[in-house]
Amino acid sequence: MSEEKNAAPEPILLCAKCSVEMKIGKVKASYLGSEFPIELLKCPICGMVYVPESLATGKMLQVEQALEDK
Amino acid sequence: MDHTKARERESQCIQEQPPACTSACPAHVDARGMIECIRKNDFSAGFAVFNKTIPFPGIISRICDHPCQIACKRIEAGEAIRINSLERACVEYGRETQKKRLYVTKKDKKVAIIGAGLSGLTAAFDLASKGFDVELFEATHVLGGRIREFDAQQLPQHIINADLVALEDREVVIHLNTQVTNGKGGSASFDELVASFDAVYIGLGPHAVDHLNIDLSLTPSGRIEIAPITYGTSNPKVFAGGGHRYHHVAYSPITSLLDGRLAAVSIDRLLQGASLTARREQEGPFVTTLYTNTQGIEPLQAVPMSIKAEGYSREEAGNEAHRCLQCQCLECVKVCEYLAHYGSYPKRYVREIYNNDSIIMGTHLANRMVNSCSLCSLCKEVCPVDLNMADVCLDARQSMVKKGKMPPSVHDFALRDMQFSLSEAFYLVRHEPGFSASSALFYPGCQLSASSPHHVARVYKHLRSTIKGGVGLILGCCGAPAFWAGQEELFQRTIRTTAEEWERMGKPRIITACSSCYRIFKDYLHDLPVESLWTVLDNAELPEVRQVMKPKPMAIHDPCATRNDRAIQQSIRRIVAKLGVQLKELGHHPELTTCCGYGGHMSFANPEVADKVVNRRITESDADYLAYCAMCRDNFAARGKRVLHILDLIFGTGSDETARQKGPGYSQRHENRAKLKTEFLRDLWDEKGAKREPGMKLIIDPEVSELLERRMILEEDLLKVLGHAERTGEKIKDVKTGRFLARHRPVSVTYWVEYSAGEAGFIIHNAYSHRMEVSGDVQ
Repeated sequence: MSEEKNAAPEPILLCAKCSVEMKIGKVKASYLGSEFPIELLKCPICGMVYVPESLATGKMLQVEQALEDK
Repeated sequence: MDHTKARERESQCIQEQPPACTSACPAHVDARGMIECIRKNDFSAGFAVFNKTIPFPGIISRICDHPCQIACKRIEAGEAIRINSLERACVEYGRETQKKRLYVTKKDKKVAIIGAGLSGLTAAFDLASKGFDVELFEATHVLGGRIREFDAQQLPQHIINADLVALEDREVVIHLNTQVTNGKGGSASFDELVASFDAVYIGLGPHAVDHLNIDLSLTPSGRIEIAPITYGTSNPKVFAGGGHRYHHVAYSPITSLLDGRLAAVSIDRLLQGASLTARREQEGPFVTTLYTNTQGIEPLQAVPMSIKAEGYSREEAGNEAHRCLQCQCLECVKVCEYLAHYGSYPKRYVREIYNNDSIIMGTHLANRMVNSCSLCSLCKEVCPVDLNMADVCLDARQSMVKKGKMPPSVHDFALRDMQFSLSEAFYLVRHEPGFSASSALFYPGCQLSASSPHHVARVYKHLRSTIKGGVGLILGCCGAPAFWAGQEELFQRTIRTTAEEWERMGKPRIITACSSCYRIFKDYLHDLPVESLWTVLDNAELPEVRQVMKPKPMAIHDPCATRNDRAIQQSIRRIVAKLGVQLKELGHHPELTTCCGYGGHMSFANPEVADKVVNRRITESDADYLAYCAMCRDNFAARGKRVLHILDLIFGTGSDETARQKGPGYSQRHENRAKLKTEFLRDLWDEKGAKREPGMKLIIDPEVSELLERRMILEEDLLKVLGHAERTGEKIKDVKTGRFLARHRPVSVTYWVEYSAGEAGFIIHNAYSHRMEVSGDVQ
């Protein structure tokens, strides 16, 4: 994606609600009836997931569009 | 889209019909294809194209009576292409000297051909090529019949002989000096031939044959009775044709060739047990339906030959070939960037869209194409047969919605914009203050209210002062976005609401400033007496205002929705004349106006195509443009075109700066509508508007604003995310930058915002969105 920023070093992210560091974990992405297990940063306590910009405007967008044309 | 309708539309498109030259040629030589090869200096390929249809290329290229040239469309701009001379050039410069090997599966049937004129030779050639055993009986000592009578310079004997080698190659058995007759003096008996062969073709030239004593029905003039289409005679095994049928007219070699060919088709069918008459409508010369526009083509005379007897040189042939128009229709593709973008033409598109609609499994490859059309109907306007791609695409969109196959992302943003206009934030229906009834209702439309709320207020004031009996107001949306999105139910619901409000207001006439609203009401709410603001202003006095700017001549752009509303187009031109501004027309006819890229949600479905559409339009003239649709104005201005809205002229607010000004962004458009309603309520009805949430203050620098605009993220979306994050504490902190990342999914889109708290408000650093749902709860 043209709007994608250059790959920056992995940020250290904290879940502000639980005050713990977000860790890579299994999450579920779903759209139009299709489900995909993926690994993303999430809060080990409340489960809040972080979707980075590069994913949302890149691969995720491509998959969304492909599913919309199924 | 049902299959029959798709087939009907597909066959309506004439692009694949043959050009006039081919359809006028009895043998349907692909002259256009042959000439295309010559244009590429490939005479061998040109020869191959010619030879594919014509078995005796040397002969025909020198003596053909070329009806193709009478039909040639070049006549409308100069002289017909000398197709026959170009055929000769292909033979001269492109004929293969090496023999090709023939692979023919032999059939266990024998055919006798009587008479070796062009029709008999062609029948022999065609039937032998199909694998039949062919024997040719000729009364004289030489093959060719009347073609031997041509002047030796025009058709030298060696050319004839070279062509006739093709018969030897096909193992045709030739009996010269053999007169077939049942009468006296013959060397073969007709009855015996009929008995010993499976079929017989007679091509005996123009003379009467009663002296031959053959048992076939004859005409009073002593010639064989020949059935049209099949070339059959009174004996089912015997066929006849050639000059015998045309004894009363001048010799046409190409017609004789055709007769032999079509009789051979009948014989082949007879021997295979197939119908002799089925599907033969397209045989022989016909008038093509292919349209070729020759307007504006520079007239050119035929390229002369330096040595006439030798025909065209290679170079001369090339020059003559370049005069060929290479006839095609493509009228719609020439005027529409959308149709051009996909590299083909409606006949193919209709098929692709139908297939896209019919598949159950697999990828819908044409979804984007279906959704990219602006539905402006310019294609229908220029189409010789009125095929409208807007109908095709709209039907497909409606079908996709019904089947749940419409990609959610395409029309979602526009539909939410429509919902905003129909929500409390903007929607308003009132009689004029101090009135309990309305003689007219002003319906400015959602986009003018978003682009130029100040103009809406001015127009409403002007209408109130010039129309007696009270002028009510409706702020809302006509439903065009739902219509364009193929959402029939939502569209019907929306227009029904408008109709009900109109009834509740006492059924006054409706005056709308938007050409799309006008079109929707005219087409789908027949009871509604709708008028365009422009005809109303044209028929009454214009507001008295002082012109700030004396514009130079401006080029008028009519919105595509007014394509067939001549009255509106004329009103606009009269208003502009009254204002003392000179107008230039874009193109020849206002009916051929183009879309600004917004129609049908083209710019959402396919920004690339929308850009091409707008860029083409704004480069048609260097003059400043004058628009009377808010979206047209803003779309042109967004690409740097200097453009005014006609209200800028009417209210004297047009200035050099206004002409350069870009329209408001998506967020501002919502804001403008909401503010317009609040101000109307406050100033006219002395009411406070709907309570708006006490806003968090957002600080967004222009670069981020631009990104939000591209990503179609509104400030109200950001506010929802921040509201949610600050209320629930659900946010992520980037330790290094100290910024927060928060997300919220109001309905079907998740918005992410990167922000930090500043002294004056929240500073927005970035925002993006996705439609996919992501959950950390994995069982």
